[in-house]
Formats: sequence, structure tokens, C-alpha cells
Amino acid sequence: MAGHAIEVILSRQLADSLNIPVFIVDPEGNLLFYNAPAEELLGRRFEDTGEMPMEEWSTSFYPTDADGTPIPSDKIPLVSSIKNQMPAHNNFWINSFDGRSVNISATAIPIVGRAGKFVGAMALFWDTESKV
Amino acid sequence: MAGHSIEIILSRQLADKLNVPVLIADPEGNLLFYNPAAEELLGMRFEDTGVLPMEMLFKYTYPTDDHGNPIPTEEDPLVICLTHHVPAHKAFWIKSFDGNKVKISATAIPIVGRAQEFVGAIGMFWDIEKKV
Amino acid sequence: MKVVLHGTRGAYPTSTPENQKYGGDTPCIELIHGEERLIIDAGTGIIGIDWNRYDPSKRLDILLTHLHMDHIQGLGFCKPLFDPNREVHIWGPKNGTYSLNTRLNRFLSPPLFPVVLRDIPSQPHIHELSQSEIELGPFTIQSNYIVHPGPTLGFRISCEGKTLTYIPDHEPMIGTDELYNDDRWISGFDLAYKTDLLIHDSQYEREEYIKGKIGWGHSCMTICSEFAARTQVGRLVFFHHDPAHNDTRRTQMFEDFMESSNYSFPIELAVQGQEIEI
Repeated sequence: MAGHAIEVILSRQLADSLNIPVFIVDPEGNLLFYNAPAEELLGRRFEDTGEMPMEEWSTSFYPTDADGTPIPSDKIPLVSSIKNQMPAHNNFWINSFDGRSVNISATAIPIVGRAGKFVGAMALFWDTESKV
Repeated sequence: MAGHSIEIILSRQLADKLNVPVLIADPEGNLLFYNPAAEELLGMRFEDTGVLPMEMLFKYTYPTDDHGNPIPTEEDPLVICLTHHVPAHKAFWIKSFDGNKVKISATAIPIVGRAQEFVGAIGMFWDIEKKV
Repeated sequence: MKVVLHGTRGAYPTSTPENQKYGGDTPCIELIHGEERLIIDAGTGIIGIDWNRYDPSKRLDILLTHLHMDHIQGLGFCKPLFDPNREVHIWGPKNGTYSLNTRLNRFLSPPLFPVVLRDIPSQPHIHELSQSEIELGPFTIQSNYIVHPGPTLGFRISCEGKTLTYIPDHEPMIGTDELYNDDRWISGFDLAYKTDLLIHDSQYEREEYIKGKIGWGHSCMTICSEFAARTQVGRLVFFHHDPAHNDTRRTQMFEDFMESSNYSFPIELAVQGQEIEI
């Protein structure tokens, strides 16, 4: 069983240390990990959902604009980041797994190692109502 | 001599592995670290400059909009992030070390650790013309 | 200050005849100064502590570096916790999302354990630590997060001018055994700087680490010693022995390592039951 790239390992360890919700996906968009603050935002634990393919996680939160219109998947920063291998940023509404409607600011960054290899992407979500 | 927080240490360990220019700043706006990819873009070496106040970075890079007008400091994503503790994103032009103008996409992410303390920010910038 | 190593084995306890020399219980150490005691980590090593040596009316403090199973699996069998007349305090790492109480409850509750935390007779007081400094009797304890999966603390304990640093699970640099030149960038540096005794993770052989254990949160003897040298420790104890390494292999690893290195401070392998006077 091949291990994850060192950059993904480090991304996860960093995500583990942060109090900000973080998702990590592989180059195909499969969700590899989300941290404890992301669990709280989404209302589901990673140990329960496990890894998820992109088609599943990108729609299961029902991302919408302020009017409730579903936003196209390529406007979801993490999807855009995987596709274009560039950072992306957007604000939208999601339904967490436990039915709450949350306005989030999402920022996604591609993970590109020293050898120039694209190994995945990391997204940080920010509940716009929360304060630090 | 107080060491850096674990979140800053892990951020650097990750930045060291990435082929994307990354800056790490403390809450006061001092650049604690920038990685080799950032060194290449800026034409400076971290081992030579050491910790830099952010004003020096703006002085070297002279960020401007599409019309050549200087970007106000308060609109820089890293400044926004450090001031308001939220992610920020902007595209603008900078002057690279060889005097050429480069259009970059800059993303800044706040680093908030497990103890819920704001300990700094990570800035990543992306040459928009460059392909991975 | 005296340190007693009640459990020195990482990951899981071993009880095979081949693992008796260095011990098979998972991490637990005890600090003793006069009549005062402090317990750090509650691996299976805590089960073997002779609680009759202590004044049972005295408050008991247990510090936890983190909540991986090998460091807490003895907690549910720690006799003082089940004494309704005993005052027990449990200290552990703060995590922004879930309280320490909630996280301990995940282990001390069915189906993993028949008694829930709130029903434990001593009604332990739960405290959270981050980058903290506290005083417990004659001991001054400094804690800080270090690099290891999940919220994990290292501890520096001072008592009458002597210091012990305990970092049983630690991977200061992930994927390399070269530390950053600047000390401020080294995980755990402040905790270990010029400490009299460092008890530190040394689970793997170097090749073993490079080939398949990067990111697992543990060190090899090489990086452990480099960390000790950089922090100018007085004495180093290799801790958290891998359960897959029997006594023969562990001894050989150590001898090979010592043959190829030349550090100015004494280095030894942790032995369960060992008492070290600082």
C-alpha cells in the first residue's frame, strides 16, 4: 500500500494542529482527510465518513449562493484548485450534515512538491460568523 | 529565546517541501520565513535576509494593479489576514528581482492553533502565467 | 529528584520472553521528590505502581502527553482513580474543538471500557494544558505542543534546580534527520534546552524510519541524539522501544549506533523498573 506523499503528510499534520476547518484531497479530488474543526462545521466525523470521492463530497454539502441557487462545481474552490492547479477562493452557503445552513469563505491551495509534482490540494473553510 | 509555535514550525516544514512560493508571517507582520520558491521569485535568499518586516517586502516587490497603480497596503491579502484574522485573496502585479513585472495570485491564510490563539499567517503566491 | 521508568515500550505492550530486558509495558514514568510524586503518562506501566508506597490521603496528579492508546490504556486500571476518598487530577493537551473531558470519555466509556469517566469513584478533576507553566508541589512543569499526530505535549519538569524533559513521542523533523539551523524552528527545543535528563522517543532504526515510517510521529536514534546534542542535554535516555524489536535487536541497534557516533553526553536505553537520580 503506497503511502501518501510527504507534502500530503505534512499538510495533514499541519491541519491537525489548526483550529480552522481543513480538507485535504488527492489529485483526483478524493477527500483524504478533514480535521476536527471541519468535523464540527460539517456535523460528521471523518472516522465515520472516511475518504470520499469528489462527486460525493462536492455535492453532499449542497453548496449554494445567497439565493439558494446551487453553485456550479467549478466554482467550488477545492474543485477549481484540483482542475486548474491554482489557488481559488469563494464565499457560499452550505448545509452541514446535521442540517445547519452555514455561510463559509473557502480558500483552496494546490499542493505541489519540490519536484513539481501536483499531489493534491488543501482547502480551509471559514464560518464567516465565527471570530478569532 | 522562545521557540516558534508548533503550527508555525509545521507550516515551515510544509513550505520547505512545496514548489509554490510561501511566506510565513507572525502576528506583528514580520516575515519569519520564505521558501526557496519564494526566494526565486523575489531574488532574495532567506539565509541572507533573515526575518524581514513586511514593509521591506512591499518595497522590494512594489505591488500594483492592472493599471500600474500601487496597491494600498491594507488591500494586500497578507495584511488583511494579519489584521482581521481571515483568509484573503487577490491578484496583482509585482516586480520580481530581475525587474520584470509578474502577475500573481496571492492567498493568505490565518494560522490559528489548537489553543485557539492566532499565531501568524501563511501567504502563498502564484505566478499566473506559470503552469504546473 | 528521582525518576522511575514504569513503562518504556511504545505502541502496544509486549509480554514475550524476548522483550523482558527493556520491559514490555507502555509509557509511564514517576517523579519522586521526598514524599511528593508526579505521574506522567498512563500506559500499562501505571498498573504496576505500588500505590501503598504513598500516603493514600495525598492528592495524585497524572500528566498525559497525549491520548494515543499506549499512553492512556492503563488509566482505567489505575487503583487511585477508584478510591472515592482520593483526590486525583488529570492533566492533558488542550484541543480547540473537543475538550479533554470529551476525548477521555471516548476511551473511558462503553464499548471500550465499562465505566464512564463521570462514574469513576474518585471523580477526577480534568485540566487542559497547552503552552503552559504550572506548579504541583515541589515540581514546576512547563508544557508545549511538539510534532506528533494529534495534540501532543512535551514536558519539562524542574525541582530544586534539577530538570527532566520528557518527550516520549516526537518526530521533530518529518522526513529528514537534519534539524533546522535556527533553534527557534525546532519542535521541543525550549523544553529540552540544557535539561539534566532527556527521555525521548527513539523507536526506529534510521533505515526503518526512512523506508517506511515517515510521518508516523516517531524518531530514530539518530535524530533523537541530534536533537539532544542541539539542546545540550546532560543525559539522554532512549525511550519508546518498538514492540517489534526484541531485546537482542534493540541491544544491537544501540551498540551499532554508539559505535558510529560520538556524543559528549551519556546515552542509554530505557529499562523498565530503572530508577534514575537526577
